[in-house]
Parts: sequence; C-alpha cells; structure tokens
Amino acid sequence: MTVLISLLVGIIFGMGLIIAQMTNPSKIIGFLTLGENWDPSLLFVMTSAVFISFFAFNFAKQKTKTLLNLDFEIPKRTEIDLSLLVGAALFGIGWGMVGLCPAPAIVSLAFGNSQTLLFIVSMLSGMYLFKLIKK
Amino acid sequence: MIIQSLVGGALIGIGISILLLFNGKVLGVSGILGEFLNNPLSKNNWRLFFVTGLLVSPFVYNIFYQFPTIEMTSNNLVIVFGGLLVGFGSRLGSGCTSGHGVCGVARLSVRSLIATTTFILFGVLTVYVMQKVLI
Repeated sequence: MTVLISLLVGIIFGMGLIIAQMTNPSKIIGFLTLGENWDPSLLFVMTSAVFISFFAFNFAKQKTKTLLNLDFEIPKRTEIDLSLLVGAALFGIGWGMVGLCPAPAIVSLAFGNSQTLLFIVSMLSGMYLFKLIKK
Repeated sequence: MIIQSLVGGALIGIGISILLLFNGKVLGVSGILGEFLNNPLSKNNWRLFFVTGLLVSPFVYNIFYQFPTIEMTSNNLVIVFGGLLVGFGSRLGSGCTSGHGVCGVARLSVRSLIATTTFILFGVLTVYVMQKVLI
C-alpha cells in the first residue's frame, strides 16, 4: 500500500511542478532576478503549497500514528550549523546558475532535453561526492 | 499566470500531505535521491516508487495537455557545475526546495526557514553576478 501511495504522490507532485511551470528553468531564473522583470510565480507556488502542507503537518502533530497506522518520521533537528548554511548557500548558487533543483530536474527528463540529463548526472555526482567526503 | 501557480502549488501541497498522512514521510526530493546511495535497495522501495511517479508524471500530464516548453539558456559547463553544487549543497544542507522550502516552512522549522532564506538569497546573488558581471 505504501509503495502505491508513493507512486501516486510522485505523479501528483510532478504534475503540480509542471502545471506551476517550475520545470521551466527560465521561470526560476525570473524569480531570482530582482527588478522590473521579476517573476513572482514561484512565490505563489510556494505559498499555495505551504498553505496546504501547513494543515497536514498540524494534523500530524496531534496524532501518534498515520492513517496507515505507521510512525511519523519528521525531522527533529533544530541546530543552525555551518553545514546547513554552507549547504544551502552552495545549493542556492547551483540553483541560480541553471534554474533547476532536484524534483523539477527529474520530472523534466521526459521532455527529452539532453542538458537536463547532463544536469541530473552532475547532481547525482555531487550527492555521491558528499557521501565520499562525509566518510 | 497566477492561477497556474496556485493550482500547481496546491497539487504539490496535496502530494506532500498524502505522503505525510499515510506514509508518515516528509517529502524532500534531495533526501529521497541521496538516500538511494546510503541504503540497500530493500529499504528504498517507497523512494523508488516515488521517483517512478515523478518520471511518469509528464506522461500523465500529456494525456490532457501538451508538454510545456522549457527554456534552458545555460551552457554545458555551467550546467555541470550547477548540478554538482545542487547535489552536494542539498545533501550538506540536508534539504532543497521541497524538504526545506515547502515542508520545512510549512511546519515552521526555524532551521528550514533559515536554509530557505539562504538559498534564495544566494540564488538571487548568483543570477545577478551571471547577468550583470559575467556577461
């Protein structure tokens, strides 16, 4: 059951990204470009997504088990450390350079652009590099 | 189009809510991709199904609408470096736009709010440098 829900969520989430045009790098770059050409789309997408998720997380807080009687796995870390700040900064630089982040990149693979594939291979290499360094 | 952003964002929020309320998982795509490298395949079942959902979502979208246009203007060198930074940075900072930007903000995690502010700030700076300084 949980795997079918994961599949369904992947489809819903991916369609949300496409409809919101978050799979289009120029929309992301447009959001990150301040000034008269600023494109606020991403702000509306995030507000809408956060608004709905907020209720789900609030509901989850009052429960001990999920609707499938499983445990909630919600991050408990609260520390603001160098890893968080440097990681987010590096992520932001890469995001600004290309206009893609992990989910939209995976979704865009179907559009058949070879540069998307190059981005995904590089991104997975970056994740692997982190795993190597962490050891 | 604001309506597209809001509807897309709503689907993103609904996906996050379903995964949380049924499976008890927080939807963070960099974590989902990165954990493939850390776990045996048997523990990655739900991740595999989620990523499959993301990969097929454009084809479900394509039943109703045509594929969207995507505009990627970066050259390959920028894509490789950007991809490496997105992959490495999201793992070091324990999250990306989905895990920190939507889920973390929705559950009012200070850690995620700081990460989100940081990557947006560095994204803006990067776009500025690339558009105004380098070209």
